[in-house]
Formats: sequence, C-alpha cells, structure tokens
Amino acid sequence: MALNPAFAGRVFGPGEPYEVSRVKIADFADAIGEQSELCRNREAAIKAGYPDVIAPPTFAVVISMASSGEVNADPELGLDYSMVVHSDQSFSYSRPLHAGDVVVATTTVDSIKSVGSMSMLITSTEIVTVDGEHVCTARSTLVERGAERGAE
Amino acid sequence: MTGVSYDSVEKGTDLPQRSYRVTRLDLVKYAGASGDFNVIHWNERLAKSVGLPTVIAHGMYTMAQAGKLLTEWAGDPGAVTDFGVRFSAMVPVPDDDAGATIEISGKVLDKLEGNQVTVDIVARGGPDGAKVLTRARATVRLP
Repeated sequence: MALNPAFAGRVFGPGEPYEVSRVKIADFADAIGEQSELCRNREAAIKAGYPDVIAPPTFAVVISMASSGEVNADPELGLDYSMVVHSDQSFSYSRPLHAGDVVVATTTVDSIKSVGSMSMLITSTEIVTVDGEHVCTARSTLVERGAERGAE
Repeated sequence: MTGVSYDSVEKGTDLPQRSYRVTRLDLVKYAGASGDFNVIHWNERLAKSVGLPTVIAHGMYTMAQAGKLLTEWAGDPGAVTDFGVRFSAMVPVPDDDAGATIEISGKVLDKLEGNQVTVDIVARGGPDGAKVLTRARATVRLP
C-alpha cells in the first residue's frame, strides 16, 4: 500500500517534555554494552567536564522514535509497521544529552517516496531543551516493503 | 578511560577492529531499554510470518555497536558529534547460546578543525559476513 503523500511536510509535536535520567542512561548503556563510567558515575562525568552522566550517541533514538512514532501510527498515513525496515539513521549533536536534561521533540515528515513496490518515509526529529537549546537532530528513513513481494 | 589524541591520528589511521556478539537476550534487553518492541526482534513465529529467516537484530542495536567502537576509541561517549548509517543487510540472531557476531572496523577519513576527525565505519555480520552497515560515517571530537 502506498503511503499517503499528503503527509510530506507535516509537523508532529512538540510532544510532552522528556526528562533524561541517570537510570535510563545506565540501562541503555548496559543494553548496548557501553562500559564507560561517564554513562554511570556522576563524579567521573563532572571531572570530564559534563554537568552529569552523559548518554551514548544512539540514545537519542529513545526520544526521536517516540516522536516519529506519532507519525508512523497515524492511520491516515497507511503504514503497515510489520512490513517496515529501518533503512537509514543519523544523529547530529550540538552537545551530548545528559541526565537532568528536559527536552521536547518535534518531527517533520521530510519526504515520502515510492520506488517500485517500496515506499520510503523520511523524517527528521529536532530534540531541544525546554529552554530552547538545540541538542540533537535525528534523521530516519523507513522503508515499507511491498506486501506482495514478501521479505528479501 | 583514556582515548586517542587528535595529534596521534592521521588520515588513514585504523581504529582497533572489534567483534561484538549478539544473542536473543541482548535483543530483549535492547528492546526494553530503547522502547522498540517490534515483534521481528524477539518473536520468531511472527518474524517468520512476515518472511524473515528468524528473529533479526534491531538495526539500531548494530548502530549502537558501531557507536561503541567510536566512543571506546575516543575514550568518551560524548565525543561523537555526527553519526549516520545505512542499514544494508539484516543480522539474523539464532536461538542458541552463540548468537550472531558483528565485526566492526573503522578508518580516519579526514582531520577537521576543532580537534575533530571523520571516521568511515565498516560493519559485517550475519552468517555470510555481509556488510550490515554502509555509508557509515561519524565525526568524532578527540582530546
């Protein structure tokens, strides 16, 4: 099923403020096997020049996916999530996320393309503090595989 | 943890290659920590029902492993300022104790102003050692 092209250019959010916590950073670091004490030990992070423990570079996906998920879940988009493959992802940071950050995320649908039986959904999510400081821009491309083709 | 210094690397410097193992337990932990509960990453029955060979790793899990190569090298999880990848092949994760293996390597592509370097990353995985990431590039700030 082709995605609804009218979604191109639409903006979703900002959503509810998300508070970055030490526990969540440590859990995420554990899950990916990141061993750095800068993700766990506040004193070590401060000694390294950070206000508090810092998140690994892909942590922002926790926040960006919750925001872009609003787009994906919109029934008018017509996305069959079981046929979705994550194609591209990038993060551009102004600075690392740290514990105590309270941020909001806004997702823009940059483009919707159809290539053969595939549909592509390109979004960018701006993560900024509640005070308006830019922290990270996350860009994502999802591909919906054509249902008639089956898996590759 | 001390990383490499900007002055000690040159264009073409290799990052130490690393091999990371991924098991079903890792995927369950990653699902919980990231909030990505897509069934294809933990439910074999449903993964097969959409045509996949078995449960596959989250692309973001593989990207996180590549990120770890960078942050371990730099000695700082906050050193990565730009990081982008394309997910070019899936990593099937069998239901056994060995799981799958992801091999990651990197090379300094260029030295930039402000103690930053760009790094090209190669990640291979799955049963045939296919490239699982392409166009994988990062900007890393070094001390």
